[in-house]
Amino acid sequence: MAEKPEKSVLLDIKDLRIEGYSDEKWIEIVHGVSLTLRRGEVLGLIGESGAGKSTIGLAAMGYARDGCRISGGSVEFDGMELTTSTEAELRVLRGSRIAYVAQSAAASFNPAHTLIEQHVEAPLHYRMRKRTEAQEDAMELYERLRLPNPQEIGFRYPHQVSGGQLQRAMTAMAMACRPDLIIFDEPTTALDVTTQIEVLAAIRDIVDQFDTAAIYITHDLAVVAQMADKIKVLLKGDEVEESSTIEMLEHPKEEYTRSLWAVRSFKRPQKARPGGDAVPVVSVQHVDAAYGQTKVLDDVSFDIHAGMTVAVVGESGSGKSTTARCITGLLPPTAGKILFNGEELPPSYRNRTKDQLRQAQMIYQMADTALNPKVKIHEIIGRPAQFYSGLSGAALKARVDELLDLIELEPSQYYNRYPPELSGGQKQRIGIARALAADPTFIICDEVTSALDQLVAEGILKLLDKLQRELDLAYMFITHDLATVRAIADEVVVMRRGKVVEQGPKDEMFTPPHHPYTDLLLSSVPEMDPNWLSTVLEERGVDNVGEAANI
Amino acid sequence: MNYFVIGYYALLIGASCLAAFYGRRSIFMLLFSLTLVSFVVGIVGGESALWTITLCAGALALSAGTAYAFREFLVNISGRETAKALKTAPLTAAFGMFVIFTYAVMGIFAPVIAPHGEAEVISSAFAPPDDTMLLGADQLGRDMFSRIIYGARNTVGLALCATLLAFFMGAFAGLLAATKGGNLDQVMGRIADVIMSIPSLIFALLLLSIFGTNLIVLVIIVAIIYSPRVFRLTRAVAGNIVVMDYIEAARLRGEGDLYLIRKEILPNSTAPLIAEFGLEFCFVFLLIAGLSFLGLGIQPPTADWGSMVRENATLISFGEITPLIPAGAIALLTVAVNFVVDWMLWRSAGLKE
Repeated sequence: MAEKPEKSVLLDIKDLRIEGYSDEKWIEIVHGVSLTLRRGEVLGLIGESGAGKSTIGLAAMGYARDGCRISGGSVEFDGMELTTSTEAELRVLRGSRIAYVAQSAAASFNPAHTLIEQHVEAPLHYRMRKRTEAQEDAMELYERLRLPNPQEIGFRYPHQVSGGQLQRAMTAMAMACRPDLIIFDEPTTALDVTTQIEVLAAIRDIVDQFDTAAIYITHDLAVVAQMADKIKVLLKGDEVEESSTIEMLEHPKEEYTRSLWAVRSFKRPQKARPGGDAVPVVSVQHVDAAYGQTKVLDDVSFDIHAGMTVAVVGESGSGKSTTARCITGLLPPTAGKILFNGEELPPSYRNRTKDQLRQAQMIYQMADTALNPKVKIHEIIGRPAQFYSGLSGAALKARVDELLDLIELEPSQYYNRYPPELSGGQKQRIGIARALAADPTFIICDEVTSALDQLVAEGILKLLDKLQRELDLAYMFITHDLATVRAIADEVVVMRRGKVVEQGPKDEMFTPPHHPYTDLLLSSVPEMDPNWLSTVLEERGVDNVGEAANI
Repeated sequence: MNYFVIGYYALLIGASCLAAFYGRRSIFMLLFSLTLVSFVVGIVGGESALWTITLCAGALALSAGTAYAFREFLVNISGRETAKALKTAPLTAAFGMFVIFTYAVMGIFAPVIAPHGEAEVISSAFAPPDDTMLLGADQLGRDMFSRIIYGARNTVGLALCATLLAFFMGAFAGLLAATKGGNLDQVMGRIADVIMSIPSLIFALLLLSIFGTNLIVLVIIVAIIYSPRVFRLTRAVAGNIVVMDYIEAARLRGEGDLYLIRKEILPNSTAPLIAEFGLEFCFVFLLIAGLSFLGLGIQPPTADWGSMVRENATLISFGEITPLIPAGAIALLTVAVNFVVDWMLWRSAGLKE
């Protein structure tokens, strides 16, 4: 990848400064970042959320979001200064010479038009091609991106294709005018590992084939290692370091970069099941469940013992969260039963006693929607304590302080604040505190770390681990991130299409031989090796990745 | 050509030049197009037309000035959080608030402000304005000005009661329907549909002629007619909130419906509900004024703007504007409330965290 001849500079950003408007003040959020990009080169921008990755990506198109402005520096694209260009001049560039691929393809496509109609819009608008030519070109691109039925798929509507296909269609759309530069803003973050791999392969191929320059924005190092020629690490609007991918992976210079690498090293010793005939805290036995007529769970059984973490993994739509809904009683199962400490639970949460409800708590994926934005922190945490234990006055306050201490937040500082004032990680901690307030024995963690940055996520995992040791909690850990599973799980349950494919202790699960589906999941997790993608593709054959995988 | 016309054009052209020089595009366009319009209007309508334009512009400038000063005043006397919110209010909203404030003062201190009693006959019918009567007398010789002051109290007070009642019924039903769902939701929804399918004015006339026209019946009937709209809005807003994870968490905790409504849903739906309250108020106000105009609303001799328009309607054929004054009072309040509501809608839509 690296030994390309020196090509002419396409994008030259010098000392870029961007300000954001908040609290009636302009605050600088990007503090003088410079980058150069040559033709055909792929630059990876990585950093935590709030590092200014997307803002810089948009600035490369001469665009600043609402409430942001480019306050200094220059953005030179192929000899043209973008910061001083008029909107009309920029509009001509966008779509035709610079294209943008957004994180959520589902939200970026117009649901009322077919894919191909949206694809040909730009070429028609710039009068580069006639409609039929543009459509033929679209089909060709679909074929190159290995979309199934390239002749036909374009005439479907966005909701008729899967998430991974949609993301590839979006990449095809970005290529429609053969731009010189494409900005990929976290194109695979919202996808499963198995789908991610096919989108990555498609993007890499097409960028190679057309010799397009690209800026690849992500927070996942392993992903960027596959895509980029060189990597730039950002922290809070400042550049930390920049070097070629191989150099960066082998010899990171800065402490911060090394800490990003170290994240995946958190691991705790695996616990074995208590021997003899210990009664599991939760035992799911032959559970079937359906939404209306559609059957979503088929004969699901597993046990969770006290003090242990059981990770439930699988792609989206595999029934992980539905299982959790069955256990909590939100979705009464159509067959089978759920035992709690050996006693059968009533199927619906409405018929459960207060104590049964107290024992099983839940932590949600999106802390934003899991905490009421108009209720103060101490009320959010205090309510379960008040509700179940009847605490009030000074006792309640003491309990809330104790809980805030447990989740490592300073009580006096957070006691009276509202959720929107907190960061994502802090919100998730409050969610944990709310679950703990009920004094449960079992907690369901539904993708608790997937919306968080790696460093923050690691903090949450460590906290959960600490709480488990102190309070002897049992966790059901729902996730699609196998790195998290490796870090925290004692036992693993692999689910696919509503069925348990394989289950067992983590050690066994991570050592071959696996069930073919487990194997597929495991091998789809990106690794820090720049040649990983190529190796996987070679092993599986180009057409045997993701949804098309033959297992 | 006299000094007024020369001064008029000189001022406009000078101001446009200044605006152009300082690069204020929109102001320049406004001023200069006004100049061009004035040319045409001046030729067609003569000097009096120019006077009209000047007076209109002056009135507009005066209202804007009042609104600006009133906003500054409110910002200065209110607390930090409220002041921050008030600063975002456009001039129209400030003007609306000023008008509402004036009406409130008028209604509350009516007996102090009004020179005569509301039912007091002090001169002959349709007497012209003089020193004691600012706006002349009505068809029975009562002071028009005093009646308008008292009318503010009666009409606005009644509309406020009816809106509040409609609101409590509609909002509570809506929240309950959204939280409970299922059959209760269906039944309430269909009842709302039935009420909404009958034209409101005809329905009100029908019910009022059945139950007789007294104030309590009037308030209840108007509230019943308007509660389905509130019900629908509340149900829709609450419907978006009940699917949130924090509601699920509260349900799994075993909380009752009343707790869910009071603590979890209501705090998150206040902004659209307050905006809806303002809009509803206008409709209710107009309906009551309309009913009074038809003779089924507030009964004489109680002063009320709607019936005042009707009672003095004959005067319009003599070229008098007296009947238009209560009508204008209704229109001004409606516009003012809408200005404020617009701002609140904008806030609830745009400033979400």
